[in-house]
Amino acid sequence: MNVWDWNFAAEILPALLNGLRVTVIATVLGSVIAFALGLVLAVLGRGPRPVRIVVRGLVEFIRSTPLLVQIYFLYFVLPGFGIVLGALTIGVLALGVHYATYTSEVYRAGIEAVPRGQWEAATALSLPRGRVWTGVVLPQAIPRVLPALGNYVISMFKETPLLIGIGVLDIVGQARQVGGENFRYVEAYTLAGLLFLLLSYPAALAVRRLERRRAVR
Amino acid sequence: MIVFDGVEKRFGDHVVLKELSFSVAPGEHVTLIGPSGSGKTTILRLLMTLEKVDAGTISVGGRYLSHIERGGTLVPADEKHSREVRKKIGMVFQQFNLFPNMTVRGNLIEAPTRVLGLSKDEANVRAQDLLDLVGLGEKIDAHPTQLSGGQQQRVAIARALAMRPDVLLLDEVTSALDPELVAGVLKLLRDIGESTDITILCVTHEMGFARDFSDRVMMFDGGRVIEDAPPGKLFTDPDHQRTRDFLQAVLNH
Repeated sequence: MNVWDWNFAAEILPALLNGLRVTVIATVLGSVIAFALGLVLAVLGRGPRPVRIVVRGLVEFIRSTPLLVQIYFLYFVLPGFGIVLGALTIGVLALGVHYATYTSEVYRAGIEAVPRGQWEAATALSLPRGRVWTGVVLPQAIPRVLPALGNYVISMFKETPLLIGIGVLDIVGQARQVGGENFRYVEAYTLAGLLFLLLSYPAALAVRRLERRRAVR
Repeated sequence: MIVFDGVEKRFGDHVVLKELSFSVAPGEHVTLIGPSGSGKTTILRLLMTLEKVDAGTISVGGRYLSHIERGGTLVPADEKHSREVRKKIGMVFQQFNLFPNMTVRGNLIEAPTRVLGLSKDEANVRAQDLLDLVGLGEKIDAHPTQLSGGQQQRVAIARALAMRPDVLLLDEVTSALDPELVAGVLKLLRDIGESTDITILCVTHEMGFARDFSDRVMMFDGGRVIEDAPPGKLFTDPDHQRTRDFLQAVLNH
């Protein structure tokens, strides 16, 4: 028996691509949550002191506990409160919330990089607080941090296999399954790794290009 | 009418302004001079509510900036009240502080549309008029980064005027400019001073400008006004030795 069987590899590829679809869905939806919630956390983090303390505590708590624990926690604890969600939904929520604590730090850095004079000019023009954020500060802060946000999307993409812990059949979940059914793991996990590489490497290159473009400007 | 009454401002233990009381009449042009750290800029920043007073009150046009009267006593006002009062106050900064994410037009119509409730068309007309006034009519769709420092500062002046303020605060508006660009901006300010009845408070190191632009010059030292006189008097025959020393130092540099 050969170490590598091309026919078997071709046979299991559709299942793996199916898994890839799940991985991409989880990453995209997780990113949407991470981008939106992270922004909310970053803005609240500059709010009144009590709000700031709560946000700070929440962010530190989530960052200091493993993502896998959070995934299990949501999956096994939420039903106890009558909230029954699909495994993929739970996974997306966990990824999104977990990464939101990282993106909030990224946004925070971007917001702090906006010169104080910009806030002061906005105040001098009596712009309402909300408009200072949406019209002046965030349009300057967000473009600066796009590369950093992009890097977190790539990280999240590579962490989605944690979701097999709650039964989501992502690439790695599919690989484990088809491998187990046939007692052949080499092709399955090799292809799984290649599929990750195929997406995350070009993505990393794109982020690097974005970084360079921002540096030039 | 601007009234400072017993104003005190501290940064930590450092007292920047103490027991400061003065008033400025409507339409008056007042220049604040004095060594750096003497509290001149702080006065403008207090008026713009970029800083809060630690004691005393400031009123503009008969309304307290950051207090309201309730049952005969003064209590701190909320942000909404402050925003309402400062609509009538405009400020031009040393570093221009144009919004780089907007065009020149965007900078000029932002506050008139969002704060004063002008329509886009009205705000655009106002923006074009003001840009013509500051000599940058054809730059309306340029980005701030494409403009020189002097041009950016003219746009910043136009942006402040677009709010039709009663009071204009000029905080060292030529200090960050290349020397050859200073004269043009000062000339523009002189024109504005002559053609409008805006009350203007100005912090500057340009003594020539202070002399012919101001109705009054206030000399600050150590958080107090040590001399308050028309420029003719203050620049030629100051009462205080500190004023003489200061003027000598800036004029001979």
